[in-house]
Parts: sequence; structure tokens; C-alpha cells
Amino acid sequence: METVTLTIKNQPDLFLEADTITPDAFAGKKIEEIADLHVYVGREQHRLGDFFEISGKAGATPEETKIVVNGDLSRVKYIGMKMTAGEVVVNGNADMYVGAWMQGGKITVNGDVDAFAGTGMKGGELIIKGNAGNYLGAAYRGDWRGMQAGTITVTGNAGSDIGTFMNGGEIVIGGDVDVHVATHAEGGRIIIKGNAKSRLGGQMVEGEIYVLGSIDLMMPGFAYREDVDVDVDGIKGRFALYEGDLGERHRKRKGQTIYAKLYQRIEA
Amino acid sequence: MAEYLIKNGFVFDPVLGIKGDKADVAIKNGKIVETTALGSPKVIDAAGKTVMAGGVDIHAHVAGPKVNIGRNFRPEDKLFGYKARSGIERMQGGFSVPTTIRTGYNYARMGYTTVMEAAMPPLYARHTHEEMRDTPILDQGAYPVFGNNWFVLEYLKNHEIENAAAYIAWLLRATKGYAVKVVNPGGTEAWGWGLNCENIHDPVPYFDITPAQIVKGLIEANEHLGLPHSMHVHANNLGNPGNYTTTLDTFKLSEGIKPNSKFGRDQVMHHTHVQFHSYGGDSWVNVESKAKEIMDYVNSHENITIDMGQVTLDETTTMTADGPFEHHLTELNHLKWANADVELETGSGVVPYVYSPNIKVCAIQWAIGLELALFAKDPMRIFITTDHPNAGPFIRYPRVIKWLMSTEAREQQFDAFKHKDKVIDATNLAGIDRELNLYEIAQMTRAGPAKALGLAHMYGGLAPGLEADVAVYDFNPNEPYAPDEIETAFLNAEHLFKTGVQVVRDHNIASNGNKRTLWVNAKVDENPQVMRDVREKFLRYYTVTLNNYEVTGHYLPNPYVIEVDATE
Ligand SMILES: [Zn+2]
Repeated sequence: METVTLTIKNQPDLFLEADTITPDAFAGKKIEEIADLHVYVGREQHRLGDFFEISGKAGATPEETKIVVNGDLSRVKYIGMKMTAGEVVVNGNADMYVGAWMQGGKITVNGDVDAFAGTGMKGGELIIKGNAGNYLGAAYRGDWRGMQAGTITVTGNAGSDIGTFMNGGEIVIGGDVDVHVATHAEGGRIIIKGNAKSRLGGQMVEGEIYVLGSIDLMMPGFAYREDVDVDVDGIKGRFALYEGDLGERHRKRKGQTIYAKLYQRIEA
Repeated sequence: MAEYLIKNGFVFDPVLGIKGDKADVAIKNGKIVETTALGSPKVIDAAGKTVMAGGVDIHAHVAGPKVNIGRNFRPEDKLFGYKARSGIERMQGGFSVPTTIRTGYNYARMGYTTVMEAAMPPLYARHTHEEMRDTPILDQGAYPVFGNNWFVLEYLKNHEIENAAAYIAWLLRATKGYAVKVVNPGGTEAWGWGLNCENIHDPVPYFDITPAQIVKGLIEANEHLGLPHSMHVHANNLGNPGNYTTTLDTFKLSEGIKPNSKFGRDQVMHHTHVQFHSYGGDSWVNVESKAKEIMDYVNSHENITIDMGQVTLDETTTMTADGPFEHHLTELNHLKWANADVELETGSGVVPYVYSPNIKVCAIQWAIGLELALFAKDPMRIFITTDHPNAGPFIRYPRVIKWLMSTEAREQQFDAFKHKDKVIDATNLAGIDRELNLYEIAQMTRAGPAKALGLAHMYGGLAPGLEADVAVYDFNPNEPYAPDEIETAFLNAEHLFKTGVQVVRDHNIASNGNKRTLWVNAKVDENPQVMRDVREKFLRYYTVTLNNYEVTGHYLPNPYVIEVDATE
């Protein structure tokens, strides 16, 4: 694995749209060619090298390419967008759309990310050591195809509307979440180790939500079924199982109606 | 204006009867002229290339409120598809519901020069015209919808043809409309009551009139006026298994009625997107093609024209004034749904749809559309459309042409279906070896639709005196070619002239053209009753006054009026 290191040297006046910061775009290129990749500020096109100090060496393929991005990236959007392989390490806070539509490889953010991280994610691993913003692992605006596969792990808290239209994959939140979890979801799993607020699983058809802490307000469309023992992904304990959203259509499989499942921990 | 001589191309022109012979096409002052009329023209070398008149689209949803609902509620349709402004090209976006700018450019890239907006809600005619105004290059007109309009329902219930005709003439003038469109006659009004009209004898609630009376009455009123185009219908029961009998029943309403039009058309009914109306069976499990039965009727009845509504196997956006159908669709695919009611006039719905090659029904729909064209005896009466964007985006016309011209291309598509054998069992297509030639394609995309629109005196051919709408494609019909080369060539016209202006040069947009809006001004005898009815309905029911209804002035910066005299 070869490594390219980017260090931000000029902050953009507005925001930098840098969907070229991916192993796919860097692989097989010389440092000068990487510096010539396009980025946008508003409607103006610039070079990546206008904003970053770039050093190191890219691998021949995305698989063999690691990118380390350093500095204050809170005005840099789309890091790792659509990446299929390789690795990106972000040392700092990043703006919106980190790992959006990513298909493979690994992104580690040693800081916070703003909204829409992992939007429409299809595969790979997105690790956020700080907090995540709203719409983590959600669908793009208007789209009904949210996160399909892959894993998102957040050490801190997440904002609202995580996992909207989620169809597969897993989101694990170490801390608390804001309102609207897995709205419209048709699959996938969300684990919340801290507390949740309200509107969990609204219009959710299938999939699982685990909450280890408290829930301020349960959706009226979720009905308590029974207490069960859970042992999933290192999460162990006695949980109250709710099913819903009863106001939605539900598929049948082998004569059984399929519901979304919401587990809330009673005791560890 | 510049003169052009397009030299030595292989010309396909049904108007002059030229079937691929080498010929020169001369352009002067916006018109096609004899080559001897030119002074010192700019010469375009078209040797080894295909030359045709500009394409004419008789039915597409490209402007107006429901198209804009599609744009607004489908941001995902624009995702990653933007093209920044460059040179004279303005910014473009969207796939199945493209921006007006992209609509104009993409039609031009395909060699099309005239596109009719197929359903204009009269109340929102201003919006429709604003969008057409912003669509570059193309000549356009729009068809106001009449099939669920309260005036029409009341007049035709009592068979008051003259009153219906006077109202049509007034509405065409008020909305700057081009033709009489009918969508699910009576059914959309019934939808306002939570109901539908499922066959031509299913009465409309409250109004107590049947779809058959509406359709027949509107044909009669259309011929009473002698409009350029015929009544243009989307029949009841669209998209349902077994609906072909409703379609045949609708066709039969035209029997015995002769065209009365000085504009040269032979039909009194144009039935649109017939693919959606040619289904046998009684459920989605046993749905099958009835294209043969439909085309047997069309082939033997000269007063009907149709267009295909070809499914292109894409993710697209369905939109129609057939409100109940869109509700049916959202119940089927569980995707988002928009629904609108347009006061005394019509309604509409919008739902995204994915025509997947892995779904049997979608593949059957694909086969049915192609069968219609391939069973056609007279290519001057069946036209290539996708009912854009309902069965697929118009940008796929070149792909439809490829399928029609190549059994190899059709076999490739059959092989890509998940349920190939079941699709073959339910359709006729695998047994059809007909391959259309470029002359027939020119009939289905140029001369035919121009004639059916009553615009053969302007469009659809290369005879001297016609508008200088000429496309040059980088395609040599006399050399061997792979099917995909057809699609590539027709997707990227090398040159295109619109009314004598070169709008595509070397495959690039070269001009934003001089877009015109066509509308029909039908003069009728004074009809105090209809004018009193109009005033009364506006006073009682409409949310706007007459002054805020009529389309005038700046909505049509470059109008082209077609005059019709229907006074006694
Ligand atoms: Zn249509």
C-alpha cells in the first residue's frame, strides 16, 4: 500500500467540493497529476493542489492506495465519495458527504463529520471517531434507495434522520441520537448505545433498531410484543421487543407478516 | 440568411419518395429550395451519410405543471447528471424529467426539430407556455385536455356539437393551444369522486355521460371545426391486463366519420401510446400481447393513426392527467406519488417507475410496443414515441430505432431478460423477423407525424417550399454496421438545420435557434350561449378570473398561428 498525504494549506472562501479525494481518482497518478485534479468552489473550478500540500505516492490501483488528509477540513465536502477500494484517513473535522455512495474500502475520520456522511452507501467501512451530523447513512434527497450495505461506526453522537430509507448494512452509534431513526427503512440494522429521542422507525417496513439507553417517546405505530434475550454484535442482554410501523404495508414471507423490529434494553 | 447546400448524402424522404438515393438538399431563407435557386451556398459534404428532414414528435410531456412536479419531487433524477454551461450551451440537468434547456438540446442532438407537448391543463396554460418559451431550438405546440372538462361534459351530454366546437375554438384561443387532447375520458373527473371509468360505457358520476359519448362528440366537434390535427386520445383503462377490448371499442367510435380538414390529414382519431392499451389476460400473472389484434384493426382502418409509447427499460417518471391510473401505480410500486386536481378541467398524477428487465411484465411491455410498429402495414400511420417520460425518456428514441431496425438488437435484449422464455410465450415479437429500413423510420418519425398533425405543408419532408429542417447523421446505410452504430448515429446528429439555421454543427449545439410556438386560431360564428356559459363558470367556480386565464403577449414571444375558418 502506497500513501498520499494531503495537508490543507488554503481555506476556501466558500466550501470546497472535493469528490476527487478518493483512492479511485488518485490511483496510478503522479503527484503533479493529483494536484491537477478538479475541485469546485461554488461554480468555479480549481485544482486540488491550489488548496492542499500533496506528498507521497499513489498505488497502481485503488486497492493499493491510501490517502491521509490533514488539517481543518470543516469546509471540505465529499471526501471519499463513491470510492470502491483503498483507504482514506481524515485527521480533523470534515464537512458534508464523507463517504457518500461509497462502495468499498475504508474511511476513518479522526474528528467530527457534518451531515450526509455515508449517503446511499453500498459497501465498505466508514469509521467516525467523533460525532456525526444529520442524515448519516440516509438516502439522497428524494431517493428511496438509502444505505444498501457496508458498516458505519460512530464513536460519539449522531444527529437526526439517520438511516432514512435504509435497505441494508449496519450503523452503530456509540453515543446518543436525535429524532427520526430509520424512517422508511426496509432493511438493515441500527445500534444506538446511548439514548434516543423520538420518532424511531416511522414508516419502517423491515429492519432492526437496538437502543441500549432510553427512548423519550415511542412511535404509536410500534407495539410491544415480548421480552427477549439478545446477543448481536457484542450486544448482550434482555430487551423489550416492539414491532412496527403498524401503519405501513408489510410484506409476507412464508405466510408470516414481516415487521420492523425495535429492541430496547431492559438490563445488560 | 445563409444558404446551404447539403451535398451527396443518402437521402430518405417519404414526401419526395427518395429511398436512400444520393441527392442534394438546398436551403435558402429558411426553406428548402431547388438547388438551382442557390447563389453561393455554404456546402456541407454529406457523402456517405444519412440525410432526413427534422424529426417531428407527436406526443411527449416536456412542459407544464406536471412535468415540473416531476422535476421538483425527483431531485434524484438530476443527481450526477448536470452539465455546466459551456460556450452557447446553457446549464443542463435531469434525465427522465430534464430541464427545458436540456430538452431542447437533446431533441436537437437527435435531429428533431418539432415537439408537441401532449397534455396541457388549460388553467395552467401560462406555465406550459413559459416552459416551452424556455425550451430552445424546437418548434412546439401544446394540446389542451378536453376529456374531463365540465363544459365539454355538459355540451356533449346533450350532443350539442356546435356548442362544444365553439367552446373548443374559444379555449384553443385562450390557451394558445394546438389540438384537442382527451385523457381517460370521464375517468379523471370520476377520480374526483374516488372513482374511475373503466370502459367506454361506464358513466361519469354526476354528469351522467359515458366516455363513448365524450370521444365521439369530440371527434365530431373537431371535424366540425376542421382543425389541423384530429382528436388525440388516451383511452380509458390504460395499463390494465385485458384492456385491449376497451382500446378496440374506442377505435370503433371513429367509424363512419370522415376527416374534414384542409390540412391534408386522413385520420379522425389519433390514439396515443397504444402499447399501454394492448394487453390481454386478466391479471399481471397471465398478461399477454394483443398487439396483433390491435394492429389488425389499425391496418384496416385508414381514419386512425397511433403512436407506440415504447417501454425503454429505464428508471423514469410517469405523469399523466389520468389521475386514477397514477394512484393505481403508486399502490403497485409503493414509490412516491403526487396527485393534483385542476378545478373544472382535469387532474393529474406523477409516480417514479423502474422498468426492469428482470421483471416479466416490463419485458412484455417492451415487446408489445415494438410489435405495434413491426405489424404496421402503413408506416405513415404509426409513430415512434415513448410517451416521454412515461414509458421511457425521449433520449431513447435512437435505441427504439435500433430495435426496430435490427433483429440482432432485439435478440440481445431478449437474452438480457430474466424471464426470457415466459416473455416469448406471452408475446409475438420473437417470431417477427421484420427489420424496418430508414425510409420507414423516416415515415414513422417525420412524414407520418407531420401529416397527422396537419403540418405536412411545413414539416416532415425535404420538398422545396417546406421549412428547412434537415438532419445529417453520420451513418452509411450501404456499409455493414453493428446494431449499436444505429443508436450512436441517431443520438448524435452531425448537423441539424432548423428553419434554415444551423443549430447543430459537427455534433455540437451551434445555435439556440429561433423557437416558435404553434397555435390554432379557429374562427367560429358568434355563440352567445357558450360565451355566457364561460362567464358564468368563471364567476361561480374558477379560482381565477378570465383576465388571469388567457395566455397572451410575452408568453409566446415568437408565435406561429395556424388559421382555421369554421364560420358558416
Ligand atoms: Zn402521454
